[in-house]
Formats: sequence, C-alpha cells, structure tokens
Amino acid sequence: MTKKLEISAGQVPEIGPDQFALLEKLTNAIAVSGDEHEVRQIVLEEVKLLADDVQVDALGNVLVTKFGRGEGRVRVMLASHMDEIGLMIVQKNDDGQFEFERVGGIDERQLPGKAVLVGREHLPGVIGAKPIHMTTTSEREQKIEVSSLRIDLGPEIGDQVKPGDWATFATRFGILGPSIRAKALDDRLGVATLIELLKHAPENIDLLLAFTVQEEVGLRGARVAAYRFDPDMAIAVDSTPANDLPNWDSEVENARYNTKLDGGPAIYVMDGATIGDQRLVNLLTGVGDANAIPYQIRQPGSGGTDAGMIHQVRAGVPSVSVSVPSRYIHFAAGIARIDDWANTLKLLHTALSQVTPELLAVERRA
Amino acid sequence: MKSLIQKLVETPGPSGFEYKIRDTVREAIGDSADEIRVDALGNLIAIKGKKAAGGKRVMVSAHIDEIGLMVTHVEKDGFLRVTNVGGVNPLTCIGGRVLFMNGTRGVIGVSGVKAGSLPKITDLFVDVGAVSREDCPVKVGDVCGFERPFLDLGKRLVAKSMDDRIAAAVAIEALKRLESTPNEVHFVFSTQEEVGIRGATTAAYGVDPEVGFAVDVTLSGDTPDAMPRMETALGNGPAIKVRDASFIADPRLVDWMVRQAEAAGIPYQMEVLTAGGTDGRAIQLTRAGVPAGCVSIVCRYIHSPSEMVDADDVENSVRLLVKLLSEPIELD
Repeated sequence: MTKKLEISAGQVPEIGPDQFALLEKLTNAIAVSGDEHEVRQIVLEEVKLLADDVQVDALGNVLVTKFGRGEGRVRVMLASHMDEIGLMIVQKNDDGQFEFERVGGIDERQLPGKAVLVGREHLPGVIGAKPIHMTTTSEREQKIEVSSLRIDLGPEIGDQVKPGDWATFATRFGILGPSIRAKALDDRLGVATLIELLKHAPENIDLLLAFTVQEEVGLRGARVAAYRFDPDMAIAVDSTPANDLPNWDSEVENARYNTKLDGGPAIYVMDGATIGDQRLVNLLTGVGDANAIPYQIRQPGSGGTDAGMIHQVRAGVPSVSVSVPSRYIHFAAGIARIDDWANTLKLLHTALSQVTPELLAVERRA
Repeated sequence: MKSLIQKLVETPGPSGFEYKIRDTVREAIGDSADEIRVDALGNLIAIKGKKAAGGKRVMVSAHIDEIGLMVTHVEKDGFLRVTNVGGVNPLTCIGGRVLFMNGTRGVIGVSGVKAGSLPKITDLFVDVGAVSREDCPVKVGDVCGFERPFLDLGKRLVAKSMDDRIAAAVAIEALKRLESTPNEVHFVFSTQEEVGIRGATTAAYGVDPEVGFAVDVTLSGDTPDAMPRMETALGNGPAIKVRDASFIADPRLVDWMVRQAEAAGIPYQMEVLTAGGTDGRAIQLTRAGVPAGCVSIVCRYIHSPSEMVDADDVENSVRLLVKLLSEPIELD
C-alpha cells in the first residue's frame, strides 16, 4: 500500500491516526545516544519527498531544509533529538549474562526486573534481580548498583551480543484514553512534531530542521548542526518532566512540578543551559494568548535542551525551547497527553507563521 | 567617575535580562566610540581606533550581567518560590530586598531550615506584599536583581554588583581616555557571564580578535580568616591574572602586561585564582585560539549584596588598561 503524500502548507497540523502511527514507529524504534540509526532511517524516509534538501552530517544529525517563498525570509532552525537514554553492554559473563553501563541520565533504582531489547536485532532480555522470596528486609532497603546488575539473554545467545552493543527498555507504544504511553517520548515527540511541521511548512520562513544525535550525553549533535545551518533563530522542541502529582505526605503545595500535564506546551524562560531570548518567549506566549492555545511556562531551573548549544554557536543565535510535558521521563515508560502534543504543534506552527525579520530587528530585550 | 559607578551598580540586569544596563552603558559611552553595535545575545560592542602599524584587533570584555533570582512558583498565599540566576549564596539573601524588571519590589524570607543546617535556594521565598496568587504582580519566569544602594566610603566603594559593573566602569572610562592607539579596540560589554560565560563566547567569535583582555573582579585575601593562599589585597593595584579555574592567561601577554605596568609606574599585583572563571576563557578558546589575559579589580565579599572595592585600585585599573591599549602589543 502506498502512503498518500500529505502536503498542505500553511494549515495548522492536527493529530490523527497517521500521526499516532508515526509516533508509534518512532517510540518503538531503538536509538540510544551514539547509535541513532533506526530513528534516522525513519526520519529520512518521512522527509525525503517533502524537503528541498536533506543531509546527514558527520555526527549523524539529519539536516533538512525547506525553503519558503518571497523576500526577507528568516532562517529558523528547529531541533529535536533522535537519541534516547539507554544501556550499553560492557562485558559478557557466563550463561548469557551481560554486564552493562548506562548511557545518559538513568535512575538505577528502576532497572531490576525490566525487560530490555539488545542490539540492532532487538534481542529480548531481562535485567535480572533476586525475587522477593529470597531477599532479606535489609537487602530490600538497599539500592542495587548498576555494577551488580546483569542483562540475562539466555545461554543460547552465543556471540550475537558484544561489548559496545546498545540496549533499551522493551516498552511498546500505546494509547490510554487521553494519553500516550511509550518509552523515549523524550524526544520522539519532538521528532514527530518536526516531521508534522515539515508537512505543513509555513512559507514565510526557511525551515531548517535538525534531527539531532547525542543530546542525552551533552547536547553534542546540536552544536555541529547549528554550526552548519548558521540560522537566524532557533527553537529546540523537546519533552520535559511533568512532576505534577500532589504532595501525598503534607499539606504543603507541590511547588516543584516543572510542568503539568494538560497545561499545554511548556515554554522555557530559563533552564540550566539557556536563558531564552525574550523576543522569542514573547512571540510564543503572545501567539498562545491571541489564539487561545493553552501553554505553560516551564519552571525555571536546571536541565538543558539542544538550545543550550545552539545559542552559543558562532556569533550567537537567538534561541528558545518548547517542550511537550510528560510524566516519568527517563523511566521505562512515560505518559504524555495527546492534547498537549496537539497544542504544541498548533503553537509552533502559528508562531512560525508569524516570524518576520522585524522580530529580530529589535535588540534582545524583554 | 563615582557617579558613573553608582549609576551602573544600581541598574538591575540579571543574566539574560541586560537590556536596561545595556542602555545605561550605551548612554555613558555617548559619542566616545567610533561604532556601537549589539549582537544576537545582547552584547554591546563599542569599537574605537583603527589598525595602524604594529596594531592588532583587540577585544576587551567586561560583563554587564549580575546574579539574581527567578520566580519558579507563585503560592496560593502570594509567596514566590525562586531559583538562582548565577551563583547565589542563599545565606546572603535572607532579609534582603529584590527589584523585579517590571519595578515590583519584595523582601526575601526563608522557611523550613532546621537548626544547624544551611538554607538552600529552595528554602527561600520572596514576599512582594501580595495576599493571593491572583493579586501577585509577578509571574513564573519573572526575574529580579538584588536591591541595595551604592555606598561611598571614600577610599572604599560598596555595591551589590561590583561584579562586574566596576569593570564596566573601568572599560567605559578607558574607552573615553584612550586618545591614540595603533589598535582597533572592541570594547565588549558582555551578557550571561554569571551563568557560564555565554555572551563573551559569541561576542569573541563575532569580533574575531587577535588579542583579548577580560576585565573582571577577583577575590581578596585580606579579610579575617580569608581564603588561604590568596595574596591579593585591596589597595595594592590592579591584579594581573596568571590563571583562574577557567583559563590560564597567555604567559607572553602576562609578562608584557607586567612590563607595561612597571614602565608606566602603575602599582599592580599578581593574581592566582583557584576558583571562578572569566570572559578570558571565551576569548582564548574562540575560533582557532587567541592570546588572552585579564585585568582584575580585587573585591571583597563577591556575590554578596555588599561587594567592596578600593577607589585607587579602580583608578589604577583604568590607567593600566589605557596603557595596555595605547601601544602595539608585543608577544615574544
């Protein structure tokens, strides 16, 4: 069956079966930092008929250009990272047991007992642990260090798995009522968003899409992507934690939620890597207010997105970040709201449609 | 010069929100520069001089941002939870006052600190006199600077943002006094230094200098129980930096700076700083690399609301900077 090519410049993209299918394919794929091959192939397939130019750079970033029409087009870079946090095999023990390390930020407390997929063949394994029947109370109070854990692939595995192979959680995509459950929503939500924006590319700008690598190990791909594009402005499109559950143990307000589900796209004023350009923050909040698109300000604090590198490249790039909030990020399965994703697409598309050279002709100010 | 210093230190400008202090600097420079521009990250770049025989394109960088606080949450009673912008010590915040960019003022309180333990930034809250979330005049993402009037003690000057407005004052004054130079001097009033030397990084790329100097404050070793192994002291002259935690100054440039100070009879001291960083790092590491040094003004109580410098050190820093920029820079 051939897929109908959907090109409708100018129209606000919406979320439907095709978009869920794309996100399912993207989140079920494995692309741990440094081995983004699978997601890169999906992206290349999706963009090849839509883009004016497609390149894969030295680090493996996919750089997509879609030119607009008319004079005075601003060169707008959007960046979403293809990589996800995961694991790497470091040593083989007997009986198909493999020692491993973490790639990117993973809370090791979540690891015991998890089903994983290893290598490009997606070989199924499990991170073993001693059953509750056999553990003592004091053992259960201890954190199990990564160095004590093994991925069990069974004795038949032979030489199919070697040190250096990547692995990640075996979680499958699912729709749960108003929500999406998947692994790697950080940042396949962003990757899917960029692809949808390309399908509906606003014609007033040159759209420069960077599907970046190695974000989770230090924003490495974005740095060289921005150097290559040399854009006029940039927006990192990512996913950020929603830690919005009520405080169960006190009367005190939860004052550290980062973002809230159902609050709409999260606009960044400041994180640990970037202070957002207020011209762009104001553009986004203004578009949200004027078009009744819900949005929230991500709580200022630590953390970082690709914008952290992009804004410092060459003589500087006015930059901001927008994230789809999701719960349980960097765990085996996350939860995001369909409406938050739809509103992120709507906010970005509407804002991009209003970008003119005048936006950046004024000095950076509030 | 004291009135310039007062104007600079009392203008709010936390990292990323330097638009007011940039206007203040631009006004102070007036028509003394040959050209003024503002780059993508808000750095103000004032150019003076044309390259003549033996001259170089020289970058001088003094940062105009200061540390501050940003609102992370408005509680239902109108109290504001905050996070730090740059290196804020919660201890020096308690009981202090803040000024938001929209003019709102407030005081800093603290909650939840157990006896014998130090407050964390999350223990602080700001009270702007609001009684509910609804009537609070600021919102999540709004930023404030600390508010503390300039204090002129005669020989010693005190303010909340001597780091690094005193260097901005030194650079502005040097720009004005610089009469003839074989160099094309780019005075950069840089942004976002306190959050990781970000403005100078992009400014240095844009200026593409052949030599560069940061101008910044450095710690003093002359207070009771001061940091050990820090020899700098107020009143001993500008400090010529050998190294800090972010870069090692080009030794050829350090030697030349010392010779210039001695030739002009300007008192100076050597600086070895084991912590902290300056715009010198950004200059040194831009593009294919640049010889870089730093003129430091020794300062007590850095990153507190009462940073203190010596007035003679300030004047001698201007003299040294003018001397460094007036002649061909020779590195052997």
